[in-house]
Amino acid sequence: MRGIRLSFSNTQKLRLEKALAQLESLSSKLNSNATVIVADKIPVDEDAALKGHGTLEMGNDVVASVCGVVERVNKLVYVRPLRARYKPEIGDIIVGRVIEVAPKRWRLEINFSQDAVLMLSSMNLPDGIQRRRTAVDELNMRSIFVENDVICAEVRGFQHDGSLHLQARSQKYGKLERGKLLKIPPYLVKRRKQHFHHLDQYGVDLIFGCNGLIWIGEHVDVKDAMVEDQVNKSDPQNTHSSSLPGSSEEPTDTPLERRQYICRIANAITVFSALGFMVNLDSVMETVTLSLSLNLGVHEMLEAEFHVLVAEQEAERRSTSTRRK
Amino acid sequence: MEYVNPEGLRLDGRRPMEMRQLRAEIGVVSRADGSASFEMGNTKVIAAVYGPREVQNRSQQMNDQALVRCEYSMANFSTGDRRRKTKGDRRSTEISLVIRQTMEACILTHLMPRSQIDIYVQVLQADGGTRSACINAATLALADAGIPMRDLVTSCSAGYLNSTPLLDLNYLEDSAGGADVTVGILPKLDKVTLLQMDAKLPMDIFENVMQLAVEGCKAVESHIREILLENAQTLVIRQGYGS
Repeated sequence: MRGIRLSFSNTQKLRLEKALAQLESLSSKLNSNATVIVADKIPVDEDAALKGHGTLEMGNDVVASVCGVVERVNKLVYVRPLRARYKPEIGDIIVGRVIEVAPKRWRLEINFSQDAVLMLSSMNLPDGIQRRRTAVDELNMRSIFVENDVICAEVRGFQHDGSLHLQARSQKYGKLERGKLLKIPPYLVKRRKQHFHHLDQYGVDLIFGCNGLIWIGEHVDVKDAMVEDQVNKSDPQNTHSSSLPGSSEEPTDTPLERRQYICRIANAITVFSALGFMVNLDSVMETVTLSLSLNLGVHEMLEAEFHVLVAEQEAERRSTSTRRK
Repeated sequence: MEYVNPEGLRLDGRRPMEMRQLRAEIGVVSRADGSASFEMGNTKVIAAVYGPREVQNRSQQMNDQALVRCEYSMANFSTGDRRRKTKGDRRSTEISLVIRQTMEACILTHLMPRSQIDIYVQVLQADGGTRSACINAATLALADAGIPMRDLVTSCSAGYLNSTPLLDLNYLEDSAGGADVTVGILPKLDKVTLLQMDAKLPMDIFENVMQLAVEGCKAVESHIREILLENAQTLVIRQGYGS
């Protein structure tokens, strides 16, 4: 399987196979024949069916144009691809990297078929005041984001010329610092209500970008920074004397323990994507707890034994969730 | 030289209408969007697909369809005598072009405007029929990358030696100087997307040889479909639909 290039011992191999077979038995009941590959005929009941993405009309038949799972919604028939690049939808939260600072805009690489555009006018400036963007702002763009910065933003929509526009109109969006960026296949991240997670017990922020880029970083308290800014403005003398360690400008070091937690979470997600399992907060946290309870070192999480354990845990989790239903 | 002995066996022990063993694997390059390796006997190629992604050269960008690029290369260790090959020699440029045109015919490029798809194929072991093996590997890699296609292109070669049509020539038979017909087809549509022949053949014999190659393509297709379906089912199980 893709991604797994580890040497398993014989018992580990057997256990992994057993866990995967258990997964297979759980999912095979529902859609064993809904899986199609390119140019497979899709059975359609009537002529009036609507042909959606991933389908193609060939003579009188409807055939699939990608490998995937056939989905039917009323009259609509479409194929959801199993492996594909990220396909943006409006409102998605994404993590991307700045590749170019252009006039009035930044270009971002977001794992889509084109680069995304973040306009200067569609983001809140760090001072937080709503106002027209002046030429001075444009000249100072590099003070906000420069090339190779990692940014979190939201998909705003497609422009007439087909380019993808982003927006960052809230304090929670913006530059991501002091953390780790992880790239996993985008189809392993499901769209959810919440993509920003603050893991209180570890002091870590976790952002699941819909485009498969995942940010794990030290927790930054957005609201407190705002309050502090206001305090700073109200009495400038005070700032020099007392509040230096807390101010956002000060590059305080991330404690070692927190860095280890960041790597631990990152490794948990890496194991998940190597096994091809869907990544979500609960399962990742479960995996982190598992590794902690076993007293595993951070690097040991990437070894064969832990892959097997995670597969077994996933099989267990899915079987209990189906039983509950 | 005798390429088919009186018992009707070829140099490597095959019957005239027998293919070499096929092996395929999906997902061999971890960073690529789609990848596959494909073996026909001792010929082994690897293909990686990147994209659809942003067009690198702005002037090549097309507003109504995707740009398809292909690069064919042979590893230095792929042939019997080890030699350094220059990247842009005539042979590899020609094969790159052939593969690109064949794949372009089946990719639904109009669905991915303003983007580019890169196909990299490399020959790891050359034993005749690299052209066909590359096309088959590229098809698998494209399907793995989730790029919409009309059909799975498959390709196979056939030749004519000792007044016998031979399927799937190996290096020795290829270099014998007889005709070598490479055919690429869209199996479900029953259309030919690639047809190449060096040397000459009478019309009636050519038809036989080509028919043989088409049969070979269909055999390759059924093998490829098996591999792809198996891969798709594992992915479905792993991602846990329906549970």
